[in-house]
Amino acid sequence: MKLVTGIIQPHRLDDVKAALEAAGIRGMTVSEASGYGRQRGHTEVYRGAEYTVDLVPKVRIEVLVDSETASTVTDVIVQAAQTGKIGDGKVWVVPVEDVARVRTGEHGAGAL
Amino acid sequence: MEWDSGNAAWMLTSASLVLLMTPGLALFYGGMSRAKSVLNMMMMSFGAMGVVGVVYVLWGWSMSYAPDASVGGIFANPFAQFGLSGAIFDETGEFIEGLGAYPQVIDIAFQVTFAIITVALISGALAERVKFSAWLVFTAIWVTLSYFPMAHMVWGGGLLSGAEGSIAAGIFGTTDGEANTAPIDFAGGTVVHINAGIAALVLALIIGKRKGFGTVPMRPHNLTLTMLGAGLLWFGWFGFNAGSAFAADGVAGWAWVNTTTATAAAMLGWLVVEKLRDGHATSLGAASGIVAGLVAVTPAAGSINPVGAIFLGAISGVCCAFAVSLKYKFGFDDSLDVVGVHLVGGLVGTVLIGFLAVDGSVFFSEGAFGFGGFDQLIIQVVIAVVALIFSGVITWVIAAFIKAVMGWRVSDDVESAGIDLAEHGESAYEGITAGRLIKEGN
Repeated sequence: MKLVTGIIQPHRLDDVKAALEAAGIRGMTVSEASGYGRQRGHTEVYRGAEYTVDLVPKVRIEVLVDSETASTVTDVIVQAAQTGKIGDGKVWVVPVEDVARVRTGEHGAGAL
Repeated sequence: MEWDSGNAAWMLTSASLVLLMTPGLALFYGGMSRAKSVLNMMMMSFGAMGVVGVVYVLWGWSMSYAPDASVGGIFANPFAQFGLSGAIFDETGEFIEGLGAYPQVIDIAFQVTFAIITVALISGALAERVKFSAWLVFTAIWVTLSYFPMAHMVWGGGLLSGAEGSIAAGIFGTTDGEANTAPIDFAGGTVVHINAGIAALVLALIIGKRKGFGTVPMRPHNLTLTMLGAGLLWFGWFGFNAGSAFAADGVAGWAWVNTTTATAAAMLGWLVVEKLRDGHATSLGAASGIVAGLVAVTPAAGSINPVGAIFLGAISGVCCAFAVSLKYKFGFDDSLDVVGVHLVGGLVGTVLIGFLAVDGSVFFSEGAFGFGGFDQLIIQVVIAVVALIFSGVITWVIAAFIKAVMGWRVSDDVESAGIDLAEHGESAYEGITAGRLIKEGN
């Protein structure tokens, strides 16, 4: 089993969600995140005073899938989230040892 | 007595509009503060409503307007009409007549709302670091020693009015008991804005900066609240300025048109400065420009023409947009720019009357563009300077007294964590919490 995590631009979330659904992926977890990559943040000006905003808003999506599907999920997210501009985000995959469904208590692939 | 019910209806409406300005101000200021301190910021406005609403009835009206009770032209005897005794009914039990052929009690309603908003304006300089108790004590003392005397001096026939015995009468002489050139303060350039603005500057200097001022980001946490507040201020300001005609008449309409014209021009002026200087015309700039224009047109609303209002508004918008950055240059923390907007805007409006008033000013002394009537300009500058010195000194003494007796500041830890929870036991916005109800009611 694998956990695919994507940090994407907030305004791409709907497209990513639709693309994953179209690809037959049935679940995802979404949370608000903030951070910066190579581009750092941006500046904002309030009444002439300039502030650097390093941590820019992002959305974090997490999808738990079996090992064979992970690369498909990664590709779907990349494709749907891409704008070509700086700050589009990252997607990574990590191995998952076990998973349990809270409702039934079952473990492993059957709980996905 | 036949009352003018049209005037009465308009003045009660105006009083209600001006009262609405203070919750509007709470939104305007609240949006500009940080999320962890927004409730305290709003509570300072509401606290002013509480304290001044009571104090005004007890001795505020008497100190401002009690007849034949003036002490040196500076204030009236607070006990002459203490608790409004003798200010509502005459000896026969009839309502006393007010300024516009309606009962005087309506004037009292109108004036108390001015006192409330003036004190509340000051709180913008003190964001996120002052004990609520110290603020309430300051409110009671300051409105008594600075606002009521200033209202008496300017509007109650005192030193800064055009009455006999006033400074203007001393400089220009009198005809039939009135100064030959009387100062103009239609709705409160000196009493409200210069008064509150200089008080804000003095308090910011005495109380000191917020922890991290100049290094930690102190961005507005919710500009939608600020925009909503600015809109409510503009709406309420019609009571402030058009209500200062004390009648539902042409002067009220004139003041209404000038108020809107100057405010529109000031917003554009501020936005142009921002676009040229910073690259963006911001919502905070629009909200700030609106307030700058409203402030500047306040003293002038009934004495300039609408084209003059465009000049006055645009100049105030540009001046205030530049003035708000002075605090960084001089290193004092006027947190929400009360000095940059109200003091500077109030001074701009008060002095520009000397150029733009349609009767007797520099441009309009002998017909249009007569260039010669400098008397009005002189007296406008004089009342502005006297107001600055009077309010500045009084505020300094009160602030030093409170600092010595009870202290102004919350502890450093409280300030860092946000003042809402420590001072009010509340937080404005809910994050993830693990609390539970431990007691239902009290």
